[in-house]
Amino acid sequence: MSGANRVAVVGVGQTKYAAVRGDVSLAGLLREAAYRALADAHLTMDDIDAIIVGKAPDFFEGVMMPEGYLAEALGAVGKPLFRVHTAGSVGGSTAIVAASHIESGVHERVLTIGWEMQSCSEAMWALSFPLPFQQQLVAGAGGYFAPYIREYMRRSDAPDDIGILVALKDRLNALKNPYAHLHEPDITYDSVKESFMLWEPIRYSETCPSSDGAIALVLAGEQAAEASAASTGVAPAWIHGTSMRSEPAMASGRDQVSPQASRDCAADVYQQAGITNPRQQVDVVEMYVPFSWYEPMWLESLGFAEVNAGWKMTESGATQRTGDLPVNCSGGVLSTNPIGASGMIRFGEAAMQVRNQAGDHQIDGARVAVGHAYGGAAQFFAMWVVGSAKP
Amino acid sequence: MAPTRDVAIVSFAQSDHRRAASDTNEVEMIQPVIHGALDKIGAKIADIGFTCSGSSDYLAGQAFSFVMTLDAVGAFPPIMESHVEMDGAWALYEAWLKIQAGHADTALVYGYSKASPGDLPRVLSRQLDPYYYGPLWPDSVALAGLQARAMLDAGLITEAEMAGIAHRSREAARGNPHAQIKGSAPIDQLLAEDYLSDPLRVHDVPPITDGGAAIVLAAGDRAREWVDRPAWIRGIDHRIDSHNLGARDLTAAPSAKLAGEKAGIGAGAVDVAELHAPFTHQEKILTTALGLGGSTVINPSGGPLAANPVMGAGLIRLGEVANRIMDGEANRGVAHATSGHLLQQNLVAVLEGDA
Amino acid sequence: MPPADTDTDRTVSEMPDGLWSMPQPTVPAPIADVAEPIQRIRVPASMHYRYTPGTAPTRFLLGLAEKKILGERDPVNGDVYVPPRGMSPVVGLPTTEQVELSDHGSLAAFCVVHIGFGVNAPPTPFVSALVLLDGAATSVYGTLLEIPIEEVRIGMRVEAVWVDDAELTTSFENIRYWRPLDEPDVPAATLQGHM
Repeated sequence: MSGANRVAVVGVGQTKYAAVRGDVSLAGLLREAAYRALADAHLTMDDIDAIIVGKAPDFFEGVMMPEGYLAEALGAVGKPLFRVHTAGSVGGSTAIVAASHIESGVHERVLTIGWEMQSCSEAMWALSFPLPFQQQLVAGAGGYFAPYIREYMRRSDAPDDIGILVALKDRLNALKNPYAHLHEPDITYDSVKESFMLWEPIRYSETCPSSDGAIALVLAGEQAAEASAASTGVAPAWIHGTSMRSEPAMASGRDQVSPQASRDCAADVYQQAGITNPRQQVDVVEMYVPFSWYEPMWLESLGFAEVNAGWKMTESGATQRTGDLPVNCSGGVLSTNPIGASGMIRFGEAAMQVRNQAGDHQIDGARVAVGHAYGGAAQFFAMWVVGSAKP
Repeated sequence: MAPTRDVAIVSFAQSDHRRAASDTNEVEMIQPVIHGALDKIGAKIADIGFTCSGSSDYLAGQAFSFVMTLDAVGAFPPIMESHVEMDGAWALYEAWLKIQAGHADTALVYGYSKASPGDLPRVLSRQLDPYYYGPLWPDSVALAGLQARAMLDAGLITEAEMAGIAHRSREAARGNPHAQIKGSAPIDQLLAEDYLSDPLRVHDVPPITDGGAAIVLAAGDRAREWVDRPAWIRGIDHRIDSHNLGARDLTAAPSAKLAGEKAGIGAGAVDVAELHAPFTHQEKILTTALGLGGSTVINPSGGPLAANPVMGAGLIRLGEVANRIMDGEANRGVAHATSGHLLQQNLVAVLEGDA
Repeated sequence: MPPADTDTDRTVSEMPDGLWSMPQPTVPAPIADVAEPIQRIRVPASMHYRYTPGTAPTRFLLGLAEKKILGERDPVNGDVYVPPRGMSPVVGLPTTEQVELSDHGSLAAFCVVHIGFGVNAPPTPFVSALVLLDGAATSVYGTLLEIPIEEVRIGMRVEAVWVDDAELTTSFENIRYWRPLDEPDVPAATLQGHM
């Protein structure tokens, strides 16, 4: 931290994620997460100074700038209400913007929510309906990323099944996360391998689902965080660093396998948090892996593994819950993906780990955790480092 | 704890606003504006610590529409950058927070839209409660008409006053080279026109505009390195009211009043105010809410009645006040931005030059 | 109060009274036996947009109508962008100099697609290709045909297959697909940074 006011996560609340949350309205979905976070923090809406909301394209719900209609539902009347949209990284960048509301000295306690209700519309359409004068990507969303995955495989000489290992791990981890969308108790290596091949090498079981859901965090300044912790008996997750980086989609010299924005974002947040050896100093990671192979790829550009060696970390079991750097104990994006929420779920799960709140998917003794989100054409990156100790 | 850094607007650029920039796409439209703001102070992207923009996918008719616009910035090597699905005024607020938090000393902010591709009043009808209001498809002008009717019936404004606001604004716009509508027919002629959407006439509604704006922020000494007379942001705040049209008094804007108080309007004289009142009657609501009057010059740029690029019009108000401070024309000013229908959400900034 | 849990989560704490300071609305008892509760409403929406390609894309599309592929040059670094979007994203400046590129290039990246998207998708499985045209700095999308899928490799040389002249329009669809060229492969490493 740059000497600014300290900020901590003192409350986390999530909805049960599902393909269709037909039991709640848009307002109901957000409130489910919001009041769980407030209850977690032993706070009420009256204690909240500002509300910061993030989500992806509004076509998912068919409502333009829906936070306006949600003002009352969020207890925002008479308060500042803010809406972030940075594509897939939005959940992460929203949490970072929320933190800046306190770091700046303006507010003491804020509520931040990342959400998406993808069942309202046809999600694939909302994500990328075709436009005239632009080339249509007939391969679909996964087809955009698969060529870069192939290139990673070529450069790193990785065995063909690394992706299968990641998907299996994340989906099995999800079984220990009651909120996760996909619970597949019968999943096996073979069932992943035999699932329908979509965009080689990505199979159906190696692809994120489309989900409805919301996650809310309560962030507090130092004094408010200590007061909340004294009341709840749960330690705050202190923010040790936040960073965001963006690069253009089609710049000459871009490397979509290991984007410079990814590397720069990680370097910045580690420097803020005093992390010089990420593999050693970080206890647990929640990273944004929507297609299986992005785990080894991000392990490299986020500095946990050497170039072309990320797959070895995955293959060795290092990223399992039993390994030395557990990744995506929550089940990750591969198990739950309301796009507007997914980045904040990573950030929130990292906070839960260092607060010892992750229940059945808790990593014992986790004290330093990384939350990571990315979006667009692997071009927008947001990260934070949280810890049980004050920075 | 309070924010401690002195942050100023040091540069402002805007497009030549027009009904339809049919030749350029959004990227080509905003690029000269972004670089115009940088060039004015001889800055490069490498001098900018944080970039933030405001735009809307629904206006563009494209998901993730802001992503392409990043091409206009020159974001390689990668930059610290963010985006809000709100008017650029709120992107400026995010940048201001970033600087206050110590993560940057300088920021580039831009806001823009092309309303011309879609049918704007219809597009804006999607910005409504999807269960109760949206399915009725009330367009933005009709909704504003409800508010104007409430004002008229409460005796808070007259049609002649509304026409007077339109006339004053568009006549003032003659002095604004970027304005879309410059000049106005005389008031009696305006009042003789048929209603567009009773009680609103054409002159009461903003134009449909393609355009945008960009602003550079800088802290402390950095601001002074770039300009002799920075426009310091002495206070900035934003608040929101209920969305429910039946649940609030449409003739008032409590969130604007509150934001104004929090921003510290009352701490001194206000030489100039730029108010984001897209409809004539809304200017009266805002001057009442913000306690403005007397010698304060309102919307010398012509305001949104002269050019209203959605997602940029609020940011432009900040820039117009800043320009007048930087030019020495004014010492202290108020800039206001609004979002949502009928002044639901409001941002107020107090800007001041060095004594 | 939260709705009755239909989910499997039981770790959620009970919401204490007074958590929300706003008053709870009085909800009338459901009209059971008479009507089904309304859980969803269907709100059809349609809007029309008239898109502008922009100045640079217009130049590009007009060129395509004449079977020309016109990239545009970054005014500082000289890189040629295709399809041009108006700016060099590296410098944030307009590209203005047009560069006519050949319709020959190298396969910079690809994947095999088993589920197409959109009305123009070819029969599956097909190869979705990123082709780096000779002289360009960024790749164009396309599909690669006339080659067994297992023989496709990064670095292979390809050329465009156009529609008949009579079918040419101002659109990418003028290029039906890409097919192999009988030329030696280029090293994959030379394609990094251009895909």
